[in-house]
Amino acid sequence: MTGRAGLVLRSIAPFVAALPVLWLVQGVLPSYHSFVFINIAVNVILAVSLNVVNGFTGQFSIGHAAFMAVGAYTAALVTTGMETFQVMGLPPVASDAVVFFVALVAGMAMASLAGLLVGIPSLRLRGDYLAIVTLGFGEIIRVIIENTRVLGQATGISGLPAYTNVVWAGMGVVATVVMARRLLLSTQGRALLAIREDEVAAEAMGVDTVGWKVRAFVISAAFAGLAGALLVHKIQLVTPRMFTFVKSMEVVVMVVLGGMGSITGSIVAATLLTVALESLQAADQYRMVIFSMLLIVLMLTRPSGIFGTREIWDAMPRWTRRRPGGRAT
Amino acid sequence: MTEFLQHVVNGVSLGTIYALIALGYTMVYGVLKLINFAHGDVYMAAAFAGFYIATALGVRDHPTIGKALAVLVGSMAAAGALGWAIERFAYRPLRNRPRLATLITAIGISFLLEYGFQLPSLQAQGRTFEEVLRGWGWAVPGWLHSLVGVLPSTFPPGPTPRFFPEPFTRIDWTVLGGVHVSNYDVVSFLVAVGFMLLLQWIVYRTRFGTAMRAVSFDPRVAGLMGIPVNRVISATFVLGSVLAAVAALLVAGSRPRIDPIMGLMPGLKAFVAAVFGGIGNVPGAMLGGIVLGLAEEMVAGYTVSSFRDGIAFAMLILVLIVRPEGLLGRPTVEKV
Amino acid sequence: MRAARAVALLAASLAVVACQSKKPEAEAPAKAAAAPAPASDKVLVGHVGSMTGSEATFGQSTDNGIKLAIEQWNAKGGIKGKNITLRTYDSQGKPEEAAVAATRLIVNDKVNLLLGEVASSRSLAMAPVADGNATPMITPSSTNPRVTKDKDKVRPFVFRVCFIDPFQGTVMAKFARNDLKVDRVAILRDVGNDYSMGLADYFLAKFKELGGTIVDDQSYKAGDQDFKAQLTAIKNKNPQAIYVPGYYTDVALIARQARELGMKQPLLGGDGWDSSKLFEIGGKAIEGSFFSNHYSPDDPSPRIQEFVTAYKARFGGVPDGLAAQGYDAAMVGFDAMNRAADGSGTAIRDAIAATKGYPGVTGIITIDANHDAVKPAVVLEVKDGKSSYVTTVAP
Repeated sequence: MTGRAGLVLRSIAPFVAALPVLWLVQGVLPSYHSFVFINIAVNVILAVSLNVVNGFTGQFSIGHAAFMAVGAYTAALVTTGMETFQVMGLPPVASDAVVFFVALVAGMAMASLAGLLVGIPSLRLRGDYLAIVTLGFGEIIRVIIENTRVLGQATGISGLPAYTNVVWAGMGVVATVVMARRLLLSTQGRALLAIREDEVAAEAMGVDTVGWKVRAFVISAAFAGLAGALLVHKIQLVTPRMFTFVKSMEVVVMVVLGGMGSITGSIVAATLLTVALESLQAADQYRMVIFSMLLIVLMLTRPSGIFGTREIWDAMPRWTRRRPGGRAT
Repeated sequence: MTEFLQHVVNGVSLGTIYALIALGYTMVYGVLKLINFAHGDVYMAAAFAGFYIATALGVRDHPTIGKALAVLVGSMAAAGALGWAIERFAYRPLRNRPRLATLITAIGISFLLEYGFQLPSLQAQGRTFEEVLRGWGWAVPGWLHSLVGVLPSTFPPGPTPRFFPEPFTRIDWTVLGGVHVSNYDVVSFLVAVGFMLLLQWIVYRTRFGTAMRAVSFDPRVAGLMGIPVNRVISATFVLGSVLAAVAALLVAGSRPRIDPIMGLMPGLKAFVAAVFGGIGNVPGAMLGGIVLGLAEEMVAGYTVSSFRDGIAFAMLILVLIVRPEGLLGRPTVEKV
Repeated sequence: MRAARAVALLAASLAVVACQSKKPEAEAPAKAAAAPAPASDKVLVGHVGSMTGSEATFGQSTDNGIKLAIEQWNAKGGIKGKNITLRTYDSQGKPEEAAVAATRLIVNDKVNLLLGEVASSRSLAMAPVADGNATPMITPSSTNPRVTKDKDKVRPFVFRVCFIDPFQGTVMAKFARNDLKVDRVAILRDVGNDYSMGLADYFLAKFKELGGTIVDDQSYKAGDQDFKAQLTAIKNKNPQAIYVPGYYTDVALIARQARELGMKQPLLGGDGWDSSKLFEIGGKAIEGSFFSNHYSPDDPSPRIQEFVTAYKARFGGVPDGLAAQGYDAAMVGFDAMNRAADGSGTAIRDAIAATKGYPGVTGIITIDANHDAVKPAVVLEVKDGKSSYVTTVAP
């Protein structure tokens, strides 16, 4: 499997392979578990996409919830606006699916536009200053939503169609992971990693650091938008409260806990934290206290994240590794 | 004109809060290059420490200068101890690790304090500490009755906001034909300026300050030069936390509502103020706080108040794009 | 070029999924509707509340109210001889968490009755779950009309025991115009809170309709420390009263800061003010202000006094409005379950819908065709550190 054909095949294969599996899962899972599954999927998409900016490129963004909000609201407007819309010649179910697909793409597009908007200031800013800009952007988005009547202000938009299910959410995860993996293994990905390791050196080597940083923001934002759109079509409601600074921080926690730049790490961390929060419901009011202690202990015991910058197979015993010697990235 | 002056007074008063918290932020950042996300929660914890001491002393009914001082000192001590503990157990083990790892433990500590303080106390569950002890089969001697259980029974204050008693009597002055200023505004501002000067003096004029700057420049080399790096960093944390306690008491005294998440927004805003002024720079934190306070005030007062935070942040972004190193920050030259 | 192809690829593969993925979801409600047929010897009640996070104080108060109601029923022998058990899940103040928690309670734990949430935004996330699984849900204090009504269609399984926004906003506008006889009012609303926004909008409309003028419309954000900017702007417009339909947590500080700026106007508000903390933190500043509420805590009627005494004995503090509403939501639910033909969701739903003249702490509750509680509102004045009855406004 080499060359263009191999590449295309390797991109398609995950989707084809995942489809029947997700289908099966969808049929088997009771509705509470599928809800949790969707929540995990949304968090995985968020974590992996933020990893593109924070992990691959080494920039520090703490405004991921804002892109989520942009995607969610755009998609919500599309689906509520097209609720009575019927694609000619298609049964209603398929027509709904088309509408939802259009909504997801629209959400991603708008979110990536927002990403472009935030990416541009990163031309000049570094480290904590960039963090402030992303934080500020998150607040600005929230303020705009709260002041716009069409977006329902504080109440948001309710009564959204319940389009999201296990298959959609699962496919979203596959798309995000394939994107991140392909990106990481490509020339572009090397450029991002070079920026993370040493921006000055990368620039000296002829890497268009500014251009790549902005592109990383755009890609990451698009998938955050996807996550937002998927989430709100599960709970059938979108309100500004869902996209606060705290949400952004939760995603940052997942990325760092999983290991900066490790895709499987993000997946594992996002899953772990979502499941932990859910199973801690039994702990009543002590839930968040236990959760925060868990966070501290995990970080103290694994300071570079669960997998560091490696992937899960690099951390496995040698005889299970696919590639001898592990990977440097 | 009166309205404008009133807005200026309000803005400076608000900015002073941000500045006081930002000073602590900037101290820690200056030495460790660490965004101490738990700083706002140390501020909260200090306010509650003050609250418990004030309640025990009965400040609410009989405020005196002596009691106010006791509250201040007690709260500063509690915050200092908390700051030391946080650094020792959550940050120091990660000192030589990626900077972001410490950020996550900082967030963890922040969550722990916020949610921990939101737990219902024994009292709110309808029990007392004494009953719990007795339940475990431990008898409480008669003479200890009044002492045992006051704090353990009421400690995690729970999420309901509390009333913070005024440490000193509030006086409102009306000046310049209708501008209202209170003694709290004046005292807070003077204290903030005083601390700024004090910090500046500590950093640039004392042996400790020299050590701090050395650690900030390069902790490894500083260690090799015989500077007790750990002790310097601990002391910086204690200093920063003590500042948070002072801020907490001044704020709680004039805006007497305290609750477990009171540190979240001011902490965030103070972080913004610190970066705005040039993070790691002491006068910058002060200036950043005041400018942010004034900006918010003017936006809310003269334009649509629901855009308050939005416009304040937008301005901030614009300023940062023009001056990426903050108002008073020194541009760093990247060396290869 | 390559990027474009990747996007096309992605689109194509997602489209493949899209075409066939809808079916199982459509089947879900039908399957679930048959589910709740409890034959166990206890009654399980679920509560979704913001037990942690920025609104924990509201969630924990509501939970306390519910606990008290359950303990009282169990002391009386339970519902039809069955003990009531409570299961509370935390929503952290997030709609998505509230939806998951509601699903877990209904589908996994198979609760007979779902209670919650305080905020409308979270009840709105829970309502479709309750409807889709045919489990009755009573919200103690979500006031947005859309909680019980989805686009002109009444949600079959969702009820509330509190006022709706239009009613309370209108009541205060009438009171301000007719009883206080003021012409010029300024509004200060919490922009991030749908409850506050709703009350303010309806107040504004009604007050204008009655011939009054809204001189200024400012907003703040819950948790702010400083409200002086907005208050200074309001002061300059010189209103005769200020409508602040927020929660007591912020209103107490707003009142203080208004007085510090030398403003003497009364503040007007809604049931979000109902807490002893308002008087404690607001102190002298809140004196002479008015708010609409469900009941007056100094009402001498035994059912209110008994509730206040029992709550104090159990939780060591005076109940706030949210505790009272949580208590009433639970009580209305248990009363209905006691009357219901059997333990099925539809039977309980029908019994709740038939609630008529139930003597709750927060008023005589009758559920109307929209599944809203019809009860008169009282207007209270803050006097000598407590609220005192002024007048009753019928719906």
